[in-house]
Amino acid sequence: MIYEELPYGSRTRRTLTGAARVLFALKIDGPLTVGLAIISVFGLIVLYSASGQSMPTVLRTVARLALGTVAMLLLARVNPNFLRRSTPWLYAAGVLLLLIVAAAGHTGLGATRWLNLGLFRFQPSELMKLAVPMVCAWYLQERPLPPSTVSLLAMAGLILLPVGLVAIEPDLGTAALIAVAGALVIVLAGLRLRVIFALLGLLAAGAWFGWSFMHDYQRKRVLTFLNPQTDPLGAGYHIIQSQIAIGSGGVFGKGWMNGSQAQLEFLPERSTDFVFAVVGEEFGLLGLLLLLSFYLFVAGRAIYLATQTQDTFARLLAGSIALTFFVYVLINAGMVTGLLPVVGVPLPLVSYGGSSVVTLLAGFGILMALYSRRKLVGS
Amino acid sequence: MPEVRIKDHWREQRMFDRRALTVGALMALATLGLIARLILLQVVRHEYYSDLSQGNRVRTEPIPAARGLILDRNGEVVASNQPAYQLELVPEEVPNIRDTLTRLAALGLLRREEVDELRRTIAVSRSFDSVPIRLHMSDDDVARFAVRRFEFQGVDIKTRQTRWYPNGDLAVHALGYVGAISEEDLKHIDRAAYAGTALIGKLGVESTYEEQLHGKNGYREVLVNAQGRSVERQGAYQPILRTRAPSAGEDALLSIDLKLQRAAEGALAGHRGAVVALDPTNGDVLALVSLPGFDPNMFARGITSAEYGALANDIDRPLFNRALRGTYPSGSTIKPVLGLAALTDHAIAADTKVFCNAVYYLPGSAHVWRADKDEPRGWLDLPEAISRSSDVYFYRLASTLGIDRIASFLEPFGYGQPTGIDIGGEKPGLLPSPDWKRKAFKRPEDQTWFPGETVNIGIGQGYLLVTPLQLAHISGILAERGRGFHPRVVKGMRDADGHVSWLPAVADAPIKGVSAADWAVVIDAMVGTTHCTRYCGTAWVAFKGAAYEAAGKTGTAQVYTVAQNAKYNANTVAERLRDHAWFIAFAPADAPRIAVAVLVENAGFGSMSAAPVARKVLDAYLLDADGKLKPAPAAPAPVAPPIPAAPPAAAPSVTTAANHT
Repeated sequence: MIYEELPYGSRTRRTLTGAARVLFALKIDGPLTVGLAIISVFGLIVLYSASGQSMPTVLRTVARLALGTVAMLLLARVNPNFLRRSTPWLYAAGVLLLLIVAAAGHTGLGATRWLNLGLFRFQPSELMKLAVPMVCAWYLQERPLPPSTVSLLAMAGLILLPVGLVAIEPDLGTAALIAVAGALVIVLAGLRLRVIFALLGLLAAGAWFGWSFMHDYQRKRVLTFLNPQTDPLGAGYHIIQSQIAIGSGGVFGKGWMNGSQAQLEFLPERSTDFVFAVVGEEFGLLGLLLLLSFYLFVAGRAIYLATQTQDTFARLLAGSIALTFFVYVLINAGMVTGLLPVVGVPLPLVSYGGSSVVTLLAGFGILMALYSRRKLVGS
Repeated sequence: MPEVRIKDHWREQRMFDRRALTVGALMALATLGLIARLILLQVVRHEYYSDLSQGNRVRTEPIPAARGLILDRNGEVVASNQPAYQLELVPEEVPNIRDTLTRLAALGLLRREEVDELRRTIAVSRSFDSVPIRLHMSDDDVARFAVRRFEFQGVDIKTRQTRWYPNGDLAVHALGYVGAISEEDLKHIDRAAYAGTALIGKLGVESTYEEQLHGKNGYREVLVNAQGRSVERQGAYQPILRTRAPSAGEDALLSIDLKLQRAAEGALAGHRGAVVALDPTNGDVLALVSLPGFDPNMFARGITSAEYGALANDIDRPLFNRALRGTYPSGSTIKPVLGLAALTDHAIAADTKVFCNAVYYLPGSAHVWRADKDEPRGWLDLPEAISRSSDVYFYRLASTLGIDRIASFLEPFGYGQPTGIDIGGEKPGLLPSPDWKRKAFKRPEDQTWFPGETVNIGIGQGYLLVTPLQLAHISGILAERGRGFHPRVVKGMRDADGHVSWLPAVADAPIKGVSAADWAVVIDAMVGTTHCTRYCGTAWVAFKGAAYEAAGKTGTAQVYTVAQNAKYNANTVAERLRDHAWFIAFAPADAPRIAVAVLVENAGFGSMSAAPVARKVLDAYLLDADGKLKPAPAAPAPVAPPIPAAPPAAAPSVTTAANHT
C-alpha cells in the first residue's frame, strides 16, 4: 500500500501521512474537506462583520457547522448499499412529513415550514433536498440509460410530488432547488439533449408568454410570491441596496467591518440571503473572486469524485450533489448582483441560519461515502 | 418484439463523464457571466455606487450660530440669548401618547385644546426624533414636571438657545423682535444658511442687521443608519466625518441710551404717542419710543394665535410703530422753519409787526380761518409769533410766501422724505405742492392747488404730514443750524473676537443760503417758547426752572379720521377725535447735545402734555443726579462698551438641577 512506502519521512511528512491515514480511516476526502473548511472559516469571518459583530450569531453558526460535520462524518462511514436500500423509506418519510406540515398549515397555524420536535425544529423540505436526488438515482440504477419515456414520467412524478408540497408551504426557493437536484440526476443519466432543449424551450416560451400578458401589478405579485419576505412596498429596495454595496466595494473593498451599507443596515438580509453583497462591499472584487474560486474548487473536486464512483446509483447521486452545490452559489450570486429575481436561496456555508448547512454537509458526507467504498478494481 | 435494452456500464460511465463535463462547462460559463457582472458593478460603475453609498450614510446636520447680542450705548444688554427649557417627547419611547399628553395637560403643562394638534404633529414625526411639545417652560413648570418625571416615560426637558429681551417691551419699536421663520421669509433668505436656525429678525434692528446678527451656521456630518437614526458608530465602521464650527453673529452696539429710553417711556406712560431723541451732532438715536408697545419675548418664544389676535385687534395698536410710521399733521412745529423761509427770502423782516385779531380772511374770499381762544392778539413780530404760536401771523406769512417757495424751502429739511434712518419701515410723510397734487389726484377738479391750502400749511395742517422721527430730525437740523445727519440706531458692530467697527455718521446735504443772523432769530424765538420774559412762550410752564436753556416749539395736530381697526364706541371715539399734541425741542440752545420730538395722541394742546414729556427727556439726558447740567463731553470718541458676561451655556440636564428643589 502507498502509505508503507514512507516509513522515514520528515516530521512534516510523517504528520501529513498520519493525517492521510486518519482521513482514510474516516472515509473522508482530504481536498474536499479542506475546501469546505476554508469556505466555512471565511464564512464565519464575514458573518461576524455582517451580523454587526454578533458573537452569538457566529457561535450558533459554529454549532450548526459542528452538527453538519458530525452528520458528514457519520454519513461518510455508512455503507452505500445501506443508503441505497433505505432510499425509498427515506423518501416516503420525507413526503409524509411534508404532508403533516401542509396539514398543519391548513389547520389554521399559518404558513409554516417547520416541524417542532421539541429539542429542535426540523424542516422536512431540507431532507427532501437529499431524498429527491437519492430516489431518482435509486429509480434509475437498474434501468437502462438513457432513461425511457416511462421512466422519465415516473421520475417527474417522484420529483414533482415533494416539490409541489414545498411550493405550497410556500417556499418556492427551496422547491426550485429540490427540482434542480432531481433534474440534474436525470440530465446526468443521459437524457437526450434534444429533449432537454425542447423542455427548456417550452419552459422559456411559457414563462415569456405568461409574463408578457401580465399587468405590472401582477408581475409584482409574482415576484413577491417568489419571495414572500420581500416587502411589496419596497420591491427592488433589496436589490438596489445590494448593488450599491457590491459596486461601492470596488476592487479592494472597504475593509472588514467597514462596509457602510452592511454596518449601517442599509443592506437588508445582510447576514442571510444577501451576505454575498457584504463580501463584495468589504473585500471587493478580489474577495469575491477568491470566494468563487473556493466554491469552484469544492464543486470541481466533488464532480471529480462523482466520476470516480463505479455504479449508477453512486454516480448519479454524487454528481447531483456536487452540481447542486454550485447551482446554489450561482443562484444566490445571481440574485444578489441583480441578474436573477430575488428568491430565497442562501449562499452555501456562508449565509446564516436554517438547517441548510447541516443538509449541505450531510450531502457531502454521502458523496464521500459513495466515493470511498468504490471497488478498487484495476487500480 | 420490443428491443431488449441491456445495461452497458462502460457506456454509461462514458456518457456520465461527458454529461458531467458538459454541465460543469455550462456552470463555468455562468460563472464567467457572474464575474463579468461583478466587474461591471465594482470596476466600471464603482464611482457611481460609491456616491450612492456615501449619500446613504452621511447626513449633514447644521449647528446654529449664536445670534449676536444687542447692547445699548453704555453696554447694557438689550437682547441676549438664553437657554430656554422645553418639554420634548420621543414618540417611540412613549407607551401611550394620548394618555401621556392627557396627563401632562392635567398637570397644567399643556393646554387641553392643544392635545389633539400635538398628537397630529407627533404622528407625522419620525419615531426617534424628539418632538417639542411645550416651549419656554417657567422655572415653576420645570420643577412641577421634574418631581413627576418618572411617570412620563419618553418625555424630558431639553434646553435650546432662544432670544431673550430682558427689558420686555422697552424700546421694542427700535429693536424689533425675532420670530419663527415664515414662508415669506424663506423667499428672501438663503435656506442653506438658515438650516438649523429657528428664529429670524422681523423688525427694527433685529431685522435690519439680521445678516450680521445671525452669524454663520456650522455643520456636522453625522453617520446615519438605514432608518435615518444618527449613530455614533455602528460596528467597527467609523468613517471620517467633517465638522465646521459655527461663527457667532456680531453684536450690535446701539446708539440708544437705555436710561434715557426708560425716562422717555416713563414720561409718556399712560398715553399713546412717540418720542424720538437724537444727538444732533451725529444723528445717534438716543431714544426711540412708540407707545403702547408689546413684549418681543412673546414672538421669540412662539406667539399663540390668541395672543397675536389680541395685539392686532387692540384699539391702541401696540404693533404700530408711531415713531417711524405714524404720519400726522405737523401743527405749529412748522412755524420756525416757515419763519426761517420768510427771513431767507426777505419776504419779511424779523421786526416786521403784523396786527393779529384771531381771524384771517384770504383777500377776495369769504372763508374764515379762525384761531383758538389762546391766540395772541395785537401787533406781533416774528419771534413773538413763533414763541406765542400765532396762527394768524403764519396764515398771512404762508400766503405771502406762496406754496412754491414754501415747498422748495421745506424740502431740504426732509419734509416728505425718509430721514434715512438705518432701521427699516419709516414713512416719508407728505410735503404737498401743486405739482404733487396734480399727480396724486385723478379727477381734474381735484388737481388744482387752492390758495386756501397754502394758508393751511402756514400752521402745519392740510395735506402736510410728518412722522415723529422726521420732526426729531428737523429739530436736530434747527439745533445744528442747517447741519443734519441720517439718524441711526446702531453705532457699530462688534465681531466675535471683540473687534469693533464703528459705522460712520452720514451727513445730510446741508441747508444753504440761510444767514447766521436769521438762524439766530429763529432759535431765539424757539428759546422764547420755553421762557416768560417780554412775553410768555407757549411752553414756559413746562420749562420753569430748567438748568439749561431749551429751544422748543409746541404744535397741535387736528384729527379727522378715526384709527383703523377701531370699533365704534362713543366715549373712546370722542377721546380719539381730540387733537394730537406735538413738541419739538433741543438743548442746550447754544451748544445742542440732544434734539427731541414728542407726539402725544389725542392729548389736546402741545404745551399741556407734550412739552412736559420733552422736559423730562431733556432733564434725564442733560442733568446729573444732583439736577446740575452735566459738562459737555470733551471728545466724543466712541468707546466700546464692556463685553457682558457670556450667557450661561445650555445646561445638559435640567431635571437633575430641578430635583434638588
